[in-house]
Amino acid sequence: MSLFDIIGPIMVGPSSSHTAGAARIGYMTRQIMGEDIVEAQIDLYGSFLATGKGHGTDKALVAGLLGMKPDDYRIPYSFEHARKKGMKFAFGEAFIRDAHPNTVVITATGVSGRVRTIEAASIGGGSIRVIKIDDMEANFTGDYPTLLIRNQDKPGMVLKIVSKMNEFNINIANLVLSKDMKNKGTAITVIECDDAVPFAMVDEIRSWEEIGRVLYLYNEDMVISEETQKRLDEYNERKYRELKEKRGN
Amino acid sequence: MAFNSIAEMLKKSEETGLPLWTVIFEDDLEDTRMAPEASLEKMKQTYDAMKETYGMYDPNRLSNSGLVGVDGEKMVQAVREGKNCSGEFMGMVMANALKMAEANACMRRIVAAPTAGSCGVLPAVFCTYEEHFKEKEDKMLEAMYVAAGIGSVIASRAFVSGAAGGCQAEIGSASAMAAAGLTYIRGGSNEAVAHSAAMALVNLLGLVCDPVAGLVEVPCVKRNVIGAVNAISASDMAMAGITSRIPPDEVIDAMREVGISLPSQLRETGEGGLAATPTGIRIKKEIFK
Repeated sequence: MSLFDIIGPIMVGPSSSHTAGAARIGYMTRQIMGEDIVEAQIDLYGSFLATGKGHGTDKALVAGLLGMKPDDYRIPYSFEHARKKGMKFAFGEAFIRDAHPNTVVITATGVSGRVRTIEAASIGGGSIRVIKIDDMEANFTGDYPTLLIRNQDKPGMVLKIVSKMNEFNINIANLVLSKDMKNKGTAITVIECDDAVPFAMVDEIRSWEEIGRVLYLYNEDMVISEETQKRLDEYNERKYRELKEKRGN
Repeated sequence: MAFNSIAEMLKKSEETGLPLWTVIFEDDLEDTRMAPEASLEKMKQTYDAMKETYGMYDPNRLSNSGLVGVDGEKMVQAVREGKNCSGEFMGMVMANALKMAEANACMRRIVAAPTAGSCGVLPAVFCTYEEHFKEKEDKMLEAMYVAAGIGSVIASRAFVSGAAGGCQAEIGSASAMAAAGLTYIRGGSNEAVAHSAAMALVNLLGLVCDPVAGLVEVPCVKRNVIGAVNAISASDMAMAGITSRIPPDEVIDAMREVGISLPSQLRETGEGGLAATPTGIRIKKEIFK
């Protein structure tokens, strides 16, 4: 725990769980989508449904979907901002079982037309947990740089990914692997890392044929460690040499 | 490793000869791997964010429920007209505690310290003191570290959320943090800093969390006033050489014991205390009809 968890976060009130956490969930949804959102169906559950309105949970969620962070002073006016930006939104009730009392299910449509359903919970003090992305069990907090990888469900996959991370000296904080029930033969690997990872590494993993999709979620506070930077420089130099040799042929 | 007791913190300061704030600051750098300049910059931003909220206070803005939002200005007026009997400094501390807590209820930007519900205590004491007694900003930032250090020991030994330990854990902790910081600013010894925190917590022990309609408004806004005023009286006592008969760490442990034994109705569920009064129930029905 940092001192800035005690004095902080800087946030728009009134509640860290019902307002700041809600804004973070919206923001995380926007990050997972990787594009602007044009429409959102927001279904609330438990305490979010019961007392959310009084805490501005609705405004905070919409603010987050627009890309506002929990300390954005525009949060109370997010509905007007959504109208101006042309983002449609509607609220409803989520019918889920055994969920955390502060849970929301957001079905978002991006500008590209892609639709995703994200289930997330605000677990206290402004912290959140993404529970599901579509039918994939996700289960990460967003407190760490996070890799979400959809890969073929076959032996050696995790080893291959982890070896690549080791090459860049990335320390893993948490790793969860689960079968993707909807897409037979595929699995979802969620890796929370101690430090930010280089985009070059993400791109390389993405290029493997066993890999379906890679999402890398991070924020600007997360930086690459010195050792990783050193390895990245070496990696880039090697790639450059390889490219030169190839061209020479 | 972060400090698990106030005694440990004081011992480190004594052994190294470093001021209390430096001991807390350096320990946090070790823990978070943050660069020293980044930490100092972030603390300044945090303190500035508190002051900024005062500047943005709007006495005409009500909370979503309409229950709170106008009391800070009323208190300011009373102090300006000399109507309060507690003097200008104390009057402004009260006004600022109300203003910040109301800003929170009205969806303004605040600094949780340690929680959003108790965000009015620390700035009411610190910002008002800085302005009234013309204190240097560097000193204020050092006090922020001292307050955060005390708060992190409370969080690690007990808890700082109303859902976990009642209002004593939120306003009580905020009050202890503010008292410690204030005593530090005034040049109190490390012992005095620790004992002012202990006395502040002792005097709010047992305070329940009973928000009407489950909202961070009634009684939360006014409880920020008692947190701030209590911090100043605890600091004044410590500066007069008065100590807590129960040592600081044991007081924190007692707060934990009391919190655990509170029924769930009195821990932020909005089902007991003021929330369960006929008026509290009526207000809830009106808001969520």
